[in-house]
Order: sequence, then structure tokens, then C-alpha cells
Amino acid sequence: MNEHERERTIELLKGVVRPVEDGGLSGDLWPRMLRRMEEGPMRVPWFDWALAGLVVLLLLLYPGLIPRVLYHL
Amino acid sequence: MKPAGPAAGKREWSKLVELLERFARGDLEAFEALFQQFQGEVYGWVLRIVRDRGAAEDLTIETFWRIYRAHARFDPSRGFGPWARRIASNLAVDYLKRARSELPLVEDCLAARPPDAALRRELRDGIELAFRSLPAKLKVVAILGLVEERSQEEIAEALGMSVGAVKSRMFRAVRALRRSLVRLGIEP
Repeated sequence: MNEHERERTIELLKGVVRPVEDGGLSGDLWPRMLRRMEEGPMRVPWFDWALAGLVVLLLLLYPGLIPRVLYHL
Repeated sequence: MKPAGPAAGKREWSKLVELLERFARGDLEAFEALFQQFQGEVYGWVLRIVRDRGAAEDLTIETFWRIYRAHARFDPSRGFGPWARRIASNLAVDYLKRARSELPLVEDCLAARPPDAALRRELRDGIELAFRSLPAKLKVVAILGLVEERSQEEIAEALGMSVGAVKSRMFRAVRALRRSLVRLGIEP
């Protein structure tokens, strides 16, 4: 990719994805913060642990997938 | 209006340091004061990355929840803002990983400023698709560096990486975008 191609790609990206207009918060988040603190730490559902175990097993069986997984992390 | 002199600045600074020290000891009032002071800044930063107001609010809450839990590890001699931004950035990147194909580009935050009308529909769809398919770690750098035009130093600090790594990811993001566009039959 040369400099012209790079500039053109960036220009196209900027033409579609525009900066966010931060209008500020719609209100004070503190009441929600207090509710979140009352809830305490989130528990990881058993299904997520099972899924993680499955991924590890797959990576052990097919180590060729490791670079691809690392790329997408 | 009388300008604030160095004495006033010093007083403000010592007040902030005292607040940070109280927070580090687990004082809830100090945490609330910091929350009130920094919630807008954290929200604005997260919004730039995730581009969804609802998600940005949720992630702001989650950021401060993590901050609250980690109060004992906080070093008051270092700034609160950069620490909060680092935590918020990590959470925002995790969000991008989960919501890879649902990231709103135009529909939500950008409604007030529609994208360049001169861009052909097909081309625009292609760019959106290519952008959505970027891995989160490249997407975050592309959003902050190319779209929001934040400095590489600022991005590096927020993401906890070197400026060199930011430059490299920015280059890889553009290259990946270009490759995706070519694969879609669009020759930029």
C-alpha cells in the first residue's frame, strides 16, 4: 500500500464514519451508580465457563487456530 | 472578574489531593465527589469509542464500579483522570469485541451530521462493512486516531501501549480496511 492509497482509504473512512457529537450526559448517573454498587460483583454464568472450556479444548486439539484467535483478540 | 492567583490554584490542588487520598481509603463521599467531577469526561471518551449513547452510559457506570472496587490500589500521587480513562478504554474495547457487527456508525450518534452524500451508496456500505469487520484492537485505534483525530500520545496513554504500537495499529487498520474493500470489489 503506497502513501496515496493510504490517504485515499483514510479519506473514504472519514467520509462515512464521522466524529461523534458529544452532547453530554442526559442526566446525573449517580443514582444508577448507587444501584450498581448495591448489586455487587457480576457473577459469570456457568455457560460462559463451559464456553471458555470448549475454546481451550479446541485450541489444544487444533493449535493452528491459535494465531487466528490471537489476531482477533 | 478577578483571576484566580497561584494561591487559589494551590488550594484547589491540595483539595483534590485530599479528595483522592480519602477515596483511596474507601471514603464513599470522596468517591461520589470524584464521580460527579469525572462522569462527563469518562462518558465522552467512551462514547467516542463505542458510538452508542446507551452503551456509553452503561460502560461509564461499569468503569466507576471498577474504580470503586480498586480504590485501595489507587495511588493518589498519580492523576485520577488518566487512570479512569485507561479503565474506561479497556471496557470499551471489550464492548467492541462483543458487539463487533452491531457497532452503530451512522444511525445513532451521527444522525445530526449525515455522512458525505457524494459517496456512492455501494461504496459507503462497503466501507461500513469493512470497518465493522476490523478487529476491536485495530478499530479502537482507527476510531480515535483517524475519525476523532486524537493524538497518538493520548491514545497510547488511554490504551496503555507505546506510541509506536499505536502507529503500527493505525497502519494495520488502514491496510486491513483497504484489503477488505478490495475483496468487496471496491478499488479505493
